[in-house]
Amino acid sequence: MSVLIALVYPELLGTYGDSGNATILAQRLRWRGHDTEFVTVSAADSVPASCDIYVIGGGEDLPQGLAAAKLNESRALHRAVDNGAVVLAVCAGFQIMGERFVGPDGRAGAGLGLLDCVTVSTSAPRAIGEVLVEPSDEWQGRGLGVLTGFENHGAVTELGSGARPVGEVRLGTGNKDGTVEGAVAGRIWATYLHGPVLARNPRLADLLLSWVVGPLGPLEDSEPDALHAERVARSFGERNRDDHGGTRHGGTRHGGTRHGGTRHGGTRHSGTRHSGTRHSGTRHSGKGPTGWLRRS
Amino acid sequence: MGRGVGALSRAAGRGSGSVIGGHAILAIDPSALGVLAGGRQVVLVSGTNGKTTTTKLLAAALAAPEGERRPVVTNLLGANMPAGLAAALAAGPAGAPAVLEVDEAWLGRVAAQVRPSVLVLLNLSRDQLDRNNEVRHVAQRWRQACLEATGAVVVANADDPLVAWAAGKAAKVIWVGAGLRWRNDATGCPDCGGTVLFSEGTDDWSCQKCGFSRPQPDIWLATGTAGARAELAAGESHPLQLRLPGRCNQANAVMAMAGVLGAGGTPGPALAAMAAVAEVAGRYATFDLVGVRARLLLAKNPAGWAEVFDMLAPAPTPVVIAINARTADGHDPSWLWDVPFEALRGRPAIATGERGLDLAVRLHYAQVGHELVPDLVEAVQAAGKRGRTEGTGTGTGTGTGTGTGKVQVDVVANYTSFHQLLARLGRAPGTPGAARAGEAATPGTSGTPGAARAGEAATPGTPTASRGVGP
Repeated sequence: MSVLIALVYPELLGTYGDSGNATILAQRLRWRGHDTEFVTVSAADSVPASCDIYVIGGGEDLPQGLAAAKLNESRALHRAVDNGAVVLAVCAGFQIMGERFVGPDGRAGAGLGLLDCVTVSTSAPRAIGEVLVEPSDEWQGRGLGVLTGFENHGAVTELGSGARPVGEVRLGTGNKDGTVEGAVAGRIWATYLHGPVLARNPRLADLLLSWVVGPLGPLEDSEPDALHAERVARSFGERNRDDHGGTRHGGTRHGGTRHGGTRHGGTRHSGTRHSGTRHSGTRHSGKGPTGWLRRS
Repeated sequence: MGRGVGALSRAAGRGSGSVIGGHAILAIDPSALGVLAGGRQVVLVSGTNGKTTTTKLLAAALAAPEGERRPVVTNLLGANMPAGLAAALAAGPAGAPAVLEVDEAWLGRVAAQVRPSVLVLLNLSRDQLDRNNEVRHVAQRWRQACLEATGAVVVANADDPLVAWAAGKAAKVIWVGAGLRWRNDATGCPDCGGTVLFSEGTDDWSCQKCGFSRPQPDIWLATGTAGARAELAAGESHPLQLRLPGRCNQANAVMAMAGVLGAGGTPGPALAAMAAVAEVAGRYATFDLVGVRARLLLAKNPAGWAEVFDMLAPAPTPVVIAINARTADGHDPSWLWDVPFEALRGRPAIATGERGLDLAVRLHYAQVGHELVPDLVEAVQAAGKRGRTEGTGTGTGTGTGTGTGKVQVDVVANYTSFHQLLARLGRAPGTPGAARAGEAATPGTSGTPGAARAGEAATPGTPTASRGVGP
């Protein structure tokens, strides 16, 4: 079977290089001997409902509103999701998947309603900077390690009970306030991470592909894994500087909310899973992310 | 009103023109830009790409209005925020015209103070998004600046919908058909959010929803078998004979020529002066390393890269690509995925710079054979080992010394990696013996690339000082 990958409206939702996610998915399939076809859907085209994977990226407010309106009008993406298609939606793409988002005029815009979440404006400064996410147990159990990316968003997203976060934020802001990041429901994977997220996290690319083609054999490529390791190690450095009193992105949201109150000192991290030494700089800089994860 | 120009110049340390001196000036008198700009004609140049080159071309043209020489104040090393502008103005002779490149995000505030007679608006596209957030926010600020600059002639690229929208409310506009190769930031109508469609085969564009469309240009770049020309709606046609390579520099030259017209000049002498410019702050210059002749190109965003591909020497000439992600570059190099690096297949590629691994992964997925060499100079040397000696069929004549036994290599760097490489090559901004800030770039002396105008960058190795945080 040939895997059909649709890149949706890259000229509207492709400001942050997220189109690369589609390139990466296609190549990782091809290199394993799978047939794949890559469809770039421009704003003037109608979105096909028959693709296996849909890749939607980040963009600016005005084009975001335009993209949401077009997708709601055609409902092709809705039909594809009903039929079990995989969707990777990033940043503005994540926001429009929800019930509502912040429209170009500042008022609520109608989302696609494919994810149980709402995106609202905030008085907090724009969230800009490196992000580390520790995936939930479910994904760690499927081989997904810590996720690395770069976020750049003004609005915040609140999840309802019908969507689960990708995981817990270890650096940066994530959906709202430095607690959780992303949303997963069915085969929709939504995240604020740019980089592009699949360039920095090849295991996530393979996880999404496995939903379409089943278990995948290893690839003989070292550079994507090396990039993942480099970005994670660098972010650990930033995070440890944070934990020792510094604020990272002076003036942005990261510095304020992340360190406030309970998160780092309270009960939240004192359970069985994380040892008390979790916040010491030496441990992280020495061992990297494995200290967080049950399995490395 | 603030202190006199003399006091401000002394505060800067006249002649040094440093950004630090500029900060000192602005600390003494926040309105100093207006004072220093008083009594002279001021031309401001802004845009995502081409600012520095267009500024240099315009300065060269205004320095030789009718063949004779006159001093022109300019800031040629990218110090394009208020401190750098104050430093350049303070260091230049009183009354001399000024041609200043201005950071896109600062244009409005600077224009409000210096009251320019000409505003040259080149293009707007994604760049440093961690600082600028959205290209449209910048366009909105420009629109306001154009509304308020009632005394200025606005020279605007009619082929960029964001620029056309920004300039649309200006009192007087010279529309230029300068072209726009990168259109991916212009498909959402800046006026109504509708879809902007570019027609195939012509330069026309229009919004499907509100009808906002390309203004009829007064001057345009014509390319064809007869070579590049600047055409005027009035019927004049002038050949463009530039030493700078590429379509984008022809576009910059036409924008600069329109700027000259806006400033009251004439095309002929302006074009002659621009023709002599051979490099711009190290860009397009060639440098000899051990056994290697490296040509330096700057590309710091997808729109810049869209223009660089046709400047590269043909395969299999090796290409070195240097990527950093410092403040002045933008901290997120995701934009690498908006560049069609697949076009480099067949060339040996060397990935380098502080984010060389991000680039290596991009090249990996583009199936471009490459090598990761983190050190900049070692990367150039590694490229040399993969190239062929000039004169064996790969040279393109960009170097002047064919037959020297040097291997030709193209180096494309983004902003801070470019400056790091210049510093490593001993051509850092502020090199001793360099000409002073504020003296016009003199056409004809451009054979000494890197004889940098002093005082533009605060300190070698920290170019972030000049391309840093916006207002």
